[in-house]
Amino acid sequence: MVGELTWRRRLLGLWVPLAVFYVVALFPFTWMAATSLKTNAELYDPTAMPLAIRHPSLVHYIDLLRETNFLTWTANTMLVAVVATGISLLLGSMLAYPLARMRFRGAAMLAVTVAVTYLVPQTLLFVPMADLIGRLKLGNTLSAVMLTYPTLLVPFIAWLLMGYFKTVPKELEEQALIDGAGRFGAMTRVILPLCLPGFISAGIFAFTLAQNEFLYALLFLSRSSVRTVPIGVVGELIRGDAFYWGQLMAGALLGSIPVALIYSFFVKYYVAGLTAGAVKG
Amino acid sequence: MNEVVEASRATALAAPAQGSFRLGRLGALVQRESVFSWLMLTPPVLFLLAFLGYPFFYGVYLSFFRREVAGPASFVGLGNFVTLSKDPIFWQSVGNTIKFTAVATLLKAAGGLGMALVMNQNFRMKALTRAMLLLPFIVPTVLSTVAWQWILDPGMGLFNRLLVVSGLATTGPSWLGTPTMAMVSIIMVNTWRGLPFFGISILAGLQTIPLELHESATIDGAGTWGRFRYVTLPSLLPVILIVTTFSIIFTFFDFQLVYVLTGGGPANSTHLMATYAYSLSMGAGQMGLGSAVALSMVPVLGLVLVLLTLYVRKD
Repeated sequence: MVGELTWRRRLLGLWVPLAVFYVVALFPFTWMAATSLKTNAELYDPTAMPLAIRHPSLVHYIDLLRETNFLTWTANTMLVAVVATGISLLLGSMLAYPLARMRFRGAAMLAVTVAVTYLVPQTLLFVPMADLIGRLKLGNTLSAVMLTYPTLLVPFIAWLLMGYFKTVPKELEEQALIDGAGRFGAMTRVILPLCLPGFISAGIFAFTLAQNEFLYALLFLSRSSVRTVPIGVVGELIRGDAFYWGQLMAGALLGSIPVALIYSFFVKYYVAGLTAGAVKG
Repeated sequence: MNEVVEASRATALAAPAQGSFRLGRLGALVQRESVFSWLMLTPPVLFLLAFLGYPFFYGVYLSFFRREVAGPASFVGLGNFVTLSKDPIFWQSVGNTIKFTAVATLLKAAGGLGMALVMNQNFRMKALTRAMLLLPFIVPTVLSTVAWQWILDPGMGLFNRLLVVSGLATTGPSWLGTPTMAMVSIIMVNTWRGLPFFGISILAGLQTIPLELHESATIDGAGTWGRFRYVTLPSLLPVILIVTTFSIIFTFFDFQLVYVLTGGGPANSTHLMATYAYSLSMGAGQMGLGSAVALSMVPVLGLVLVLLTLYVRKD
């Protein structure tokens, strides 16, 4: 009797809602995959079951790689994401370290400023930013996005790292100073290594954000050879009013896989970064 | 006595060799906390001033000028804001932005709370489930939005095909073709993407609630609802507040989802302030007017930030 009751409770309170969340979260990806693997004849056949594949075919993938610059876009996206993440981690930790561990005048005000800049959206900045990039003659270069993405990433990374830097006991630093390491040595040899999980969290987060960015790439990168995946897919696979759904879905899926793969390796760190602000705040 | 003197002399001799004095006067200066701090801070602060501070104030400056992409700028004072105040599309985009933000945030918060409560039970493959349910939030927004555009396609899209195949309708609705349905669609896609962020954050909050609180509430006679109402919800409030604030800001300033899915149409019915600012400045080439639209969003950002600061101060 009791067993039956808990069994029904498990079903209604756990398995059914869980199944609903699974279906809602994942069906668009199933639809992407199904579409990309069908031939056009099957894709536009109104009598076919939409999610079933009768004759799987890689034709859209072959066309995507042959007819478009998809591989170049992927390489550009990776390069930009890696460089922007690197710059942001460097600048972010330089900003976070003194704010978390040192006492100096203006620290409180600077900390507030960092928090506020994290929340300033790029929507506010894109008009003057386009002008600035134009005057620096950086239009249609990857440097344009490598320089502007860190503006979105540094405040967030600094904020996240501050939390980690604060957790290292002051005594460890003092011990290193007594041992003659100096402030810089204490930082690089004692405190930063202890905060490695923080750097992984911040790095993964920055990397996925950089891969996701759209507005600046849209503004600064109009030549096909310098585009990133999101801009390339939207800008070149949608030709006028004609939609090449098979190729579009193949591109969307291939473009999502690197992010999803990296995320799956570091999911623990990603979640730690994601929830750090909410739970600690 | 002698021993003490010996010992102190030893330290006195050893100190310069080990400590900061060895580095010379400049080195000693660098060892001071404030000097070291500002040496570290200068590069990132200069970078942020150049690429965040400068564009922001330049944007404010631009909004006082009538400036076409090609051609000289002329000072118009508050002229751009006056023009906007008489522009029905601007006011429509303001209304759309508020509606979009309010409904989507509510749906995400409610759905996220549900997801967190479901996930907070013991079951196998929990870590995998968490990773899978977070996927909509990870995948580049533009790419998943393109997939949604295809799901919502009136003729061959998944939704309408399923409606027809299941016999629920002979032809499905035009999801992106009518003003009401287009608004429903952009809210739906934004909710789909943002809900896991709420879910996972609230779940993290749930896991910090000590078990003893639930136990003592049970001893005091609280049922499932009572425990939720008097233990879970109050403990979660700070997390929900912070996540909601973030979500309000990111939803209010959303650009890419609408740009890709509807382009602001049909008949401007889904234009958000962000997409309208883009179409004015980049499409029509009116940089000053576009900046003015963007700046009109600042009061909202300011208000949310002030409320958040007040809340954090209270703690």
